[in-house]
Amino acid sequence: MSGGGTAPFLADDLGPRGRRITNIATVVSGVALVAVVAVAVNRLAARGQFDAARWEPFTQWPVWRFFLLGLRTTVTAAVLAMVGAMAIGALMALARLSRARLVRWLATAYVEFFRGIPLVLLIFFSAFGLPRYGLRWSLFTYLVLGLVIYNSAVLGEIFRAGILSLDRGQSEAAYSVGLGYWQTMMFVVIPQAARRMIPAIVSQLVTLLKDTSLGSAIALTELLRRGRLNGEFFGNPLQSLFVVAMIYIVVNFTLSRVARRLEVRQRRRYGAGRIAVAGIEDLALLQAQDGGPEQDR
Amino acid sequence: MEVVTENFDVFVEGLRRTVELSTLSFLIAFVIGIVVAGMRVSPVPPLRWSAATYVELVRNTPLLVLMFVFFFGFPSIGLRYSAFTSAIVVLSAYTGTFVAETVRSGINAVSRGQAEAARSIGLTFPQVLRIVVLPQALRTVVGPLGGIFIALLKNSSLAVVIGVGELTSAAEHVGTDTARFIPAYLGAAAAYLMLTVPSGFAVGWLERRVAIKR
Repeated sequence: MSGGGTAPFLADDLGPRGRRITNIATVVSGVALVAVVAVAVNRLAARGQFDAARWEPFTQWPVWRFFLLGLRTTVTAAVLAMVGAMAIGALMALARLSRARLVRWLATAYVEFFRGIPLVLLIFFSAFGLPRYGLRWSLFTYLVLGLVIYNSAVLGEIFRAGILSLDRGQSEAAYSVGLGYWQTMMFVVIPQAARRMIPAIVSQLVTLLKDTSLGSAIALTELLRRGRLNGEFFGNPLQSLFVVAMIYIVVNFTLSRVARRLEVRQRRRYGAGRIAVAGIEDLALLQAQDGGPEQDR
Repeated sequence: MEVVTENFDVFVEGLRRTVELSTLSFLIAFVIGIVVAGMRVSPVPPLRWSAATYVELVRNTPLLVLMFVFFFGFPSIGLRYSAFTSAIVVLSAYTGTFVAETVRSGINAVSRGQAEAARSIGLTFPQVLRIVVLPQALRTVVGPLGGIFIALLKNSSLAVVIGVGELTSAAEHVGTDTARFIPAYLGAAAAYLMLTVPSGFAVGWLERRVAIKR
């Protein structure tokens, strides 16, 4: 039927009867969809949500400046946390593959502990708990710290899965030409594994960027908190949160697209089938890589 | 650690709420996910578009933003629900997008011939999906779905911001009451691990049991 890469395979080449049913279903669902949208719009309009006064603030530059400064905090936190988490995550992955039992055990404990508790708890812990030990830093630091620790555990698992996904023959070949453990890792295993993991890493970045919004729970004025403050100031909470949501969606949608493109290119170039990035979050993502379906699209 | 033992009932109550929130939301998200995945592979364009729009918009918005929109924004259009109901709605709607994407990837993994054979014996599209494709697809994605459940267990902690008395907020209360935050948070962390770690094992076990060799 409809050609192109997005055509679902369950529905191609319908017969005359199938086409008739599909056409009827198209009309019915189309009408239903329009009806739902109409009801929603009607409801919003009846409650004055489209009133110019509620939207007028968004024609002013200072309001946008207020939002964009929040976006800057959000993106800065995400980038810093990503860099930190990747460094620690890489260490954890190597430690878990180490031959020393104690090192392996400690890294496993770290990863399992921080991966198993909610990020909010970690951020509350760092913002409300650490000051009691005299560690008084900025809210921004507390947020980044929480993000780094949590994501280092998640990325540690991604890295480990990436390294393990590499064919054993690669490291065997490296040993056989006389390279040592570290040389094998540095020159043979990690470069190849890293390339395979790029889509998964970009995908995790989307999750991380969304998670920076937890900063508003400890009163850091990042994008989400600025949205709420703006909504209180102008009396337009729904509109302000809508604009905030749109900013997040635009940024994250772009990142997701990049991840998908990288994945497709990766697949074409290296035939790396195991790293599947469908935007599944956190652990789900890892499990999909660890033992999930081999996707053949 | 006596902070935890003295306030044990508060933690137990929080734990109960967390379990309630997560299991209820997961059941709803599972239904949403299957319906939405079915819509996305259907031959009917409006269904495909609306499903894709829902997934892309909700998945790319932080969960906290969705919570705030629903709990603080929607009352201004006359939609007012309790904190617990709001948390369930938001968690299911958010998790539903991930379930949908996972189920869809499972559907893609079912070999083409299966659907073709099913169609050739005269099954209609809903029958092909229900009888032949979905059972196989779901079996392949048990692992990832379990991962989504574990992520949901942890995400349910965000309900603390709208005042649902789950585990994280139990820790908050105990911490504020006793001014001893660290043991209170550690207690909650231990409770979360009691949920997430066994869940992980259970998922692994279930996955091996239902796995299909391809």
